[in-house]
Amino acid sequence: MTIEHLILSQVSMDFPTPDGPFRALDKVNLKIKKGEFVSIIGHSGCGKSTVLNIVAGLYPATEGGVILNNKEVNEPGPERAVVFQNHSLLPWLTSYENVELAVKRVFKGKKSKAEMKEWIEHNLQLVHMEHAMNKRPDELSGGMKQRVGIARALSMEPQVLLLDEPFGALDALTRAHLQDSVMEIQRDLGNTMIMITHDVDEAVLLSDRIVMMTNGPAATVGEIVDVNLPRPRNRVAMTETAEYIRCRKAVLSFLYERHGKKQLSDETDDPSLIEAENDVAQASAPADNLLTLKKSESAAA
Amino acid sequence: MQIQQRLTDLTIPFIGILIFLAIWQVGAPKIVTSLGAVPGPVQVFEQFKGLISEHNEQRDKEVAFIERQEVRNAKKLEKDPNAKVRIRPYTGKATFFDQILTSIFTVMAGFIISAFIAIPVGIVAGLSQTVYNALNPLIQIFKPVSPLAWLPIVTMIVSAVYISDDPMFDKSFVTSAITVLLCCLWPTMINTAVGVANISKDLLNVSKILRLSWWTHVRKIVLPSAIPMIFTGLRLSLGIAWMVLIAAEMLAQNPGLGKFVWDEFQNGSSNSLGRIMVAVIVIGIIGFALDRGMLMLQKYVSWDKNAALR
Repeated sequence: MTIEHLILSQVSMDFPTPDGPFRALDKVNLKIKKGEFVSIIGHSGCGKSTVLNIVAGLYPATEGGVILNNKEVNEPGPERAVVFQNHSLLPWLTSYENVELAVKRVFKGKKSKAEMKEWIEHNLQLVHMEHAMNKRPDELSGGMKQRVGIARALSMEPQVLLLDEPFGALDALTRAHLQDSVMEIQRDLGNTMIMITHDVDEAVLLSDRIVMMTNGPAATVGEIVDVNLPRPRNRVAMTETAEYIRCRKAVLSFLYERHGKKQLSDETDDPSLIEAENDVAQASAPADNLLTLKKSESAAA
Repeated sequence: MQIQQRLTDLTIPFIGILIFLAIWQVGAPKIVTSLGAVPGPVQVFEQFKGLISEHNEQRDKEVAFIERQEVRNAKKLEKDPNAKVRIRPYTGKATFFDQILTSIFTVMAGFIISAFIAIPVGIVAGLSQTVYNALNPLIQIFKPVSPLAWLPIVTMIVSAVYISDDPMFDKSFVTSAITVLLCCLWPTMINTAVGVANISKDLLNVSKILRLSWWTHVRKIVLPSAIPMIFTGLRLSLGIAWMVLIAAEMLAQNPGLGKFVWDEFQNGSSNSLGRIMVAVIVIGIIGFALDRGMLMLQKYVSWDKNAALR
């Protein structure tokens, strides 16, 4: 019997609302091997981030549970580090101090002061931020902030690195640079990584497997695509391979043909929710939004 | 271009003040009270000079008084080396400037002690909804109470409890300081609690994932996030404290600027109105200076040196 690294078993999540519980996730099952890179993709509002937050331990699952190395996850901890969408660096600390906060917490008593300093610098070097160690987040660009966020997460030596739409708020070029950095880090360190994304190309480029989620409410795992592309991957050369085209097509057809987003009014009655969703969609996934728009146009016609 | 802008920025408030003074000078003599015509700025300035010379006179008297005692003591010791000698402190009338110092010292004492109570309580209330719910009704009820309503109670309690043969502070000082403290507590406490409760959720998640200890969480995440709100509260408190103190001093006849104003009012000489106006202006300037001082402290403490503070 092989011991699975990370298991999500029958994970369901209800959020309380004035009209009774709202089932956001329904029986999500997923097994992830050590060192695997898994992307979770789906339309906005389908509960992708909820899955990640449950794995992180920030939300308790209503039913089912998460098991990491045969131990149930029921609280947050540094062995499951999170890279947040909006970097979440402490604005009053420099890059170095932000990483230091994590390192001091995780390695207190295990590393000497000099070792800690070296380890902090090493992690900032991994994300190519050694030149801005003494700058505060407001002096850094969006991409640089996200790099420091990744360095902070890596510095905890997590067993699983959770990335919550880490590049969603970045421009295309910066995003590509950071994707390369993440691939590099994964090659060197072999971390298990789970990434939430909106971006089909990003998912295919980075993942070993792509988990596609159905639309909420009661969202669950729809299909899983294995990406059998050899590593290291080259983002340009890769696009011409048959495997790349197959994966991309599989994801697109799942998202837009079989589980295409219905008109927004069908999904939710709360206008503020619709607005919030629109904002998210516009901010992070223009392609996604465009297709939704086309769909509603055709529906109107 | 920039210099010109600077110049305009400086001249405009100056012009505003000049216009105000002109209206005052022209308008004041037209109102005649039982103490004579209302003094204009020129007369008020004369009174200010009078208060300075009065202060210097008192200081000279004090020096002379101490010197006389020293001479007398020296003579006594000459006759009998074992004679007990002592120097009695000068007990002349407190001058305007003595009263200013008393008031500033009192307000700072009450304010600083209240900050040491209100900030920790506010942090705990901001972190825990339960504590907040428990405290909220009390805060809401006590906040609108004029601290002057507390004054009789505070006076009675202080005279009952604060008994010592060699008191470190005067009873009147303790009463005034506690009254100031009572009115300073609430704005600081509420603003701190709100600032702490509104810390960005992302930062709280970071703290959870790092499993920061309670103390590190407060030091590294809560305090820096809440600093702007804490200072908003502190500045509100200090502003109210200064206003309340003057009123309390008038009402309780405790030493300070308020007592000066009241004494002058009771005195009812032809100089009184002018002297009261000097006091009013000084009270305003000190209040302004206290607020600026807090702003400078905030700039020094705050991590965000670029934030616009006003």
